[in-house]
Amino acid sequence: MADNTHHIVPKRVYFSVFAALIALTWVTAWVATVDLGRLNFVIAISIAIFKASLVALFFMHLAWATKLTKMIVFSGIYWLILLLFITMEDFWTRGIMGVPGR
Amino acid sequence: MPTASHPTEIPAVHHPEHLQHHFENAEQQKDASTTGMWVFLVTEVMFFGGLFLAYMLYRGLYPAAFAAASNKTDLWLGAANTTVLICSSLTMALAVHAASQGKKNLIIVFLVLTLLLGGTFLGVKGVEYHDKYVHHEVPGANFQCEGCADAQHTSLFFACYFGMTGLHATHMIVGIFIIFFLIAKARKGAYTKEWYTPVEMFGLYWHFIDIVWIFLFPLLYLIDRSAGGLKG
Repeated sequence: MADNTHHIVPKRVYFSVFAALIALTWVTAWVATVDLGRLNFVIAISIAIFKASLVALFFMHLAWATKLTKMIVFSGIYWLILLLFITMEDFWTRGIMGVPGR
Repeated sequence: MPTASHPTEIPAVHHPEHLQHHFENAEQQKDASTTGMWVFLVTEVMFFGGLFLAYMLYRGLYPAAFAAASNKTDLWLGAANTTVLICSSLTMALAVHAASQGKKNLIIVFLVLTLLLGGTFLGVKGVEYHDKYVHHEVPGANFQCEGCADAQHTSLFFACYFGMTGLHATHMIVGIFIIFFLIAKARKGAYTKEWYTPVEMFGLYWHFIDIVWIFLFPLLYLIDRSAGGLKG
């Protein structure tokens, strides 16, 4: 536990993460103008997830957080995925099978 | 963990100024704050999650109308604003770093920079809102969409747009009030190398707002940019 809370992140880590975030922002903006069909969505969301991970791990110090904190974050993401995907799955598949009695 | 076996000796114990008596030590106190803050942020994930779900669902239902509407956002203004917000996240991270080194003046400098960048973001957002207003793109009685095949559901996109960016901007406004408070406290020397928990916890909040925007930017500005303008 001892090195968890007193971990001081070197400044160069912040600057590297910052440079990556800025670069990815302009890459994702530029890629959006190129027509790649369905890949546009996949690329935009993948870059967003990667950027969000960088912010959480390094700016928010999640990489050095306690196991309890990591578990809380994991459970939050897990429930968000349930919320989004279970609902969308229900929604996408409604037309596949007829509803009895309708 | 040490226990006080001789209660009469307690007054001699060195008690750090900011350590509250119900914690074993400063580390446990800080862990408690960090854990609590992350629990709050998880509730925020759920709060925004509902709006993201509504957006995904309606985008699935009316893809053409959403693509047409999404193309009415200003891509480069959005990208510039994302850059501003990421800069403010960097200055916030540096403020926390300065606090951990006990550099009082540097904390204030970086908090002021964060404040200015946050204000810039809101200013640009204001310009974008004004553009929408002028072009009758605000959902409601005055909504107009020239050349839209499906004006009703184009309006639905803008309802999502204003709902999501509005809630995000509200969080930033709250954050800006808290920065003023932190600057005032920092000026009085409230934060030391040993105890700067409020600065660090606010940093988590500010970075969280950044993360929300990192997802709002592609969803509202990017994903239908290349092909969408032709449909709708």
